[in-house]
Amino acid sequence: MATLAVTLLFVSLLVFLVVRVLPGDPALVIVGTEGSPEAVERIRKALGLDRPLVVQYVEWVGHALQGDLGRSIQYDVPVAGLVVSRLSVTLPLTVMAAVFMALVAIPVGVYAATHQRRWGDYAVMALSQLGVAVPAFWAGLLLVLLFAVHLGWFKSGGFDGWGQGVGQGLKALLLPAVALGLFQFAVLARTTRSAMLEVLREEYVKTARAKGLAEGRVLFRHVLRNAMIPILTVAGIQLGQLMAGSIVLESVFYLPGLGRLAIGAISARDLPVVQGVVLFVASVIVTINVAVDILYGVLDPRIRYE
Amino acid sequence: MLRARALRHVTFVIGLAVTVVLLATAALSLVYTPKDPLEMSITSRLQGPTGAHPFGTDQFGRDLLSRVMRGAITSILVGVIAVGIGMGIGVLLGVVSGYFGGWLDEGFMRLMDAVQGFPAILSALLISAVFRPSVAISMVAIGVAFLPVFARLTRASFLELRDRDFVSAARALGAGDATIIGRHIMPNTLSPLIVQATISFPVAILAEAALAYLGLGTQPPHPSWGLMLRESQAFLATNPWFAIFPGGAIALTVLGLNLLGDGLRDLLDPKQVG
Repeated sequence: MATLAVTLLFVSLLVFLVVRVLPGDPALVIVGTEGSPEAVERIRKALGLDRPLVVQYVEWVGHALQGDLGRSIQYDVPVAGLVVSRLSVTLPLTVMAAVFMALVAIPVGVYAATHQRRWGDYAVMALSQLGVAVPAFWAGLLLVLLFAVHLGWFKSGGFDGWGQGVGQGLKALLLPAVALGLFQFAVLARTTRSAMLEVLREEYVKTARAKGLAEGRVLFRHVLRNAMIPILTVAGIQLGQLMAGSIVLESVFYLPGLGRLAIGAISARDLPVVQGVVLFVASVIVTINVAVDILYGVLDPRIRYE
Repeated sequence: MLRARALRHVTFVIGLAVTVVLLATAALSLVYTPKDPLEMSITSRLQGPTGAHPFGTDQFGRDLLSRVMRGAITSILVGVIAVGIGMGIGVLLGVVSGYFGGWLDEGFMRLMDAVQGFPAILSALLISAVFRPSVAISMVAIGVAFLPVFARLTRASFLELRDRDFVSAARALGAGDATIIGRHIMPNTLSPLIVQATISFPVAILAEAALAYLGLGTQPPHPSWGLMLRESQAFLATNPWFAIFPGGAIALTVLGLNLLGDGLRDLLDPKQVG
């Protein structure tokens, strides 16, 4: 927990320094060169920029810990409220993408491991190379082209909210989730394959087969269970990457998530919103990474003893 | 022996071939493209592949083949500089962390844990909030995202090697820290760093394309594959080739570089050498 706290402190320091220190005068960035000196001074006072840097940082972190990420200059509402409202799109999208990723990657990786150095294995490896090479946003555009433009099965973008029904909401997120998760399966498929191969070489697997156990039972009860440790840890790390990737996919499918909120805020020079979104997403990614480290120790007693 | 093994390694050969084609295309585009990548022609807007325009044209009638060729330069430049930034600063941090250890090591590694929370897109969002989006921003943002991996790799090597006999011997003979780091430990760290650089290069190309697509990287009218995909989005129904060729260029480039990196890693694996 201490490690997580220190890391999150560094995250907050990085976000603060980039926005407050790098540009020299953030008030000038917000108002722009066309703004009057009075407007600059007003913004400076409103954001507390006239106080010493250390005081600004301590106050800002203190407020952030209480859930106060400042106020949006563009919308004049709390940034935290904006983040929470946009999470209703970004979070389900990330989770759906992760589910697709796991549903494809794990069976494919198991298949490759059990058909090592045969055509099935080579095909999986080739597919996974393609998966890594294809940008998710290009995959998204191609899915729009096929399923929305040519087949008309889906809308090309937009999200009407969960008020229209969970089914409609999930349908709107289906194509972006597939684009995001399906092509990220490559890393997880390779990890599954490597982990399975590692365990398949163990003596107890030979023993299980020698005892006459069905191959399916050997694979799922003995091999996959023990291979799940590295698979889960990589999947956990991928979750953070998927969250970052969702920022791009939201632009492909015009989804009102965190990513489009931040990109819109850049155009509007709404620094508090950009700061808030980046701090939130970075903190989530760091927390996931630390949780994965802890999970690894929980699942594998050998790591704890080391 | 290594060359013979290399040529027998199919992955390495395919990867090398694609990389050579990429570099040749980029180099050629500096002196020749079928048309001027910036030349507009309103009468030739949004055409599919034709004899005059093998890849078609964009919304301003600009030749897509020429823009895809010139876009290779942007990708390579951003890739090289971003990896250079990540490697340069990351290795420095890793050396200090791994060699000296103690509270410096602890502090730097917590800092790297924090930096790991900033994928290139997040760094670019943050930096673009205060500076105008540009290709330089994407280089810095992507480079920052690579810091942790190079720092950790260097640190791991130094932790392993700093207490070895040959280092102790050098120290006993009066070698200072700088000499031990530069002449004795660093050369033994290079191999994994080179492999990591070849792995990071295609990642940088993908990241640059994503940032350009979001409007946070290369700005119009300069050709960039990601920017072309951004521009193509409004015309998917009218001219799908506008999206297909730049995306295909990205995928083919990244595929080739990944195969090269994989092949290089296998060839440099000490268990297989000799």
